[in-house]
Amino acid sequence: MINFINVSKIYKNDSAALDNVSFKINSKEFVTLVGKSGAGKSTIIKLLIGEEKASRGKVLFGEHEVSRLDHKDIPYLRRKIGIVFQDFRLLPLKTAYENIEFAMEASGKTKQEIDEVIPQVLDMVGLADQSGNFPHELSGGERQRVAIARAMVNRPALIIADEPTGNLDPGNTWEIINILLRINELGTTILLATHNKDIINNLGKRVISLDNGKIIRDEKKGRYILK
Amino acid sequence: MTTVISRILKYGWQNFRRNRWLSIATISILLLTLTVFQGLILFRVMTETGIANLKNKIDVSIYFTSEAEEEGILTIQRRLEQQENVKQVEYISRDKALAMFKKRHEDDPTINQALRELNDNPLSASLNIKADNPSDYSGIVAFLDKQKNWQPIIEKTTYRQNQLVIERLGNIVNTAEKFGFGLTFFLSIAAILVTFNTISLAIYSNREELSVMRLMGSPNNFIVGPYVVTGIIYSVIAAVLSMVIIWPIVGFISPYLKFFVSDTSLATYYADNFLKLAGYQLVFGVTLGIVSAHVAIRKYLKI
Repeated sequence: MINFINVSKIYKNDSAALDNVSFKINSKEFVTLVGKSGAGKSTIIKLLIGEEKASRGKVLFGEHEVSRLDHKDIPYLRRKIGIVFQDFRLLPLKTAYENIEFAMEASGKTKQEIDEVIPQVLDMVGLADQSGNFPHELSGGERQRVAIARAMVNRPALIIADEPTGNLDPGNTWEIINILLRINELGTTILLATHNKDIINNLGKRVISLDNGKIIRDEKKGRYILK
Repeated sequence: MTTVISRILKYGWQNFRRNRWLSIATISILLLTLTVFQGLILFRVMTETGIANLKNKIDVSIYFTSEAEEEGILTIQRRLEQQENVKQVEYISRDKALAMFKKRHEDDPTINQALRELNDNPLSASLNIKADNPSDYSGIVAFLDKQKNWQPIIEKTTYRQNQLVIERLGNIVNTAEKFGFGLTFFLSIAAILVTFNTISLAIYSNREELSVMRLMGSPNNFIVGPYVVTGIIYSVIAAVLSMVIIWPIVGFISPYLKFFVSDTSLATYYADNFLKLAGYQLVFGVTLGIVSAHVAIRKYLKI
């Protein structure tokens, strides 16, 4: 599903954010990207969603060669990917329900589909009762659950979670991880970027470790091992 | 397509309603700008009418000797009418001049008595010349002076008597026209920039939200559309409010303007042209709203 082939990303000041990186992620996998700040996790995500272009190499997502996609085709690519951010990035003037509704309307879903799917998704993330609340009326954990609901509502092939638990307490952290695991069980590929040792050691899933823009380890059942 | 448009309208209205303070601030600035814009339109109308009135009051008359034949005078009239810059030449015969004089002084018994005793028409026939511009009169008079064979029947021209006044009025008209144009141009540019920057700032304050929409893969029209709709709502409300605010102001200042421009009432003009002026406001506001929203979103989001 995802294939990075000899990918490098060099910024204008000659600093290499990624240096000749290659890896493959198959459909329905749960993969954790681990590394310190500046190791290259965010760059991999940016290249995957077409926010940056690779300086060298190929970035493939399904049938798309992302690094060669035209600017106008990027929105189509992004509708196949759900993204969850550390700082939630909900639309502040829309309620929990409307945030999810917006994602569905933007991808052209009908009113009937929207009315049918959103209650199910809100129920799955445990927010059925808070659907009318605005983001500022929700706790950090609840906001992140809305963000996950928004990311999964269009049934994307891949969900990217970029440090989704970075702003949460341990209780909420595991709730979020469990939701991601459930989504993965339903057949969605998950790419989780984190440097939370606890999560990585307890997940027992594939871990790609990065350091200075290079892959230093790629293990089927990885653990948190960083210098 | 209908679904997309209705969704864009819904989000545009939602942006407007939920961003209450931003909406009030933006509408206030737009209201000021549109009021200035409307003031400019009214200012132009009044100065143009005033200048036209002033121009109309300036003329040159040629008075002919009592021996002058009507045929000769009419020949001069035709030659003058063929001149460039000459707008109109009116022939006033001795009889017509007398009739006009009598009418003007019909309530003055002394003058009536004097005319009866004279038993003759003491007035001269004349040609009243109006030029396109006050500055053209000197040229017309120079042309008259060159026609040596006309001189024996010409008694006098009023230009020489009024030369200084005509030249001064000419200068005032020119300066007023230039000043009016300059002021309109300068304030229009200011109004456009203020509107553009206001809407840009409103969009800039939502840039985080816009970037989230982009990352979600929202189509560009779905991102830009609601902000354009919000811009249109701002403009329409500001246009309506400015019409409502200007109305009593026009009613208040109209009587004072009569001192300067006696032939036109600003209040009547405003009432007669209300729909047209409202249309200008809407077109100006909405066009600026749409263009500003487009440019700002493209600038901040690189869509």
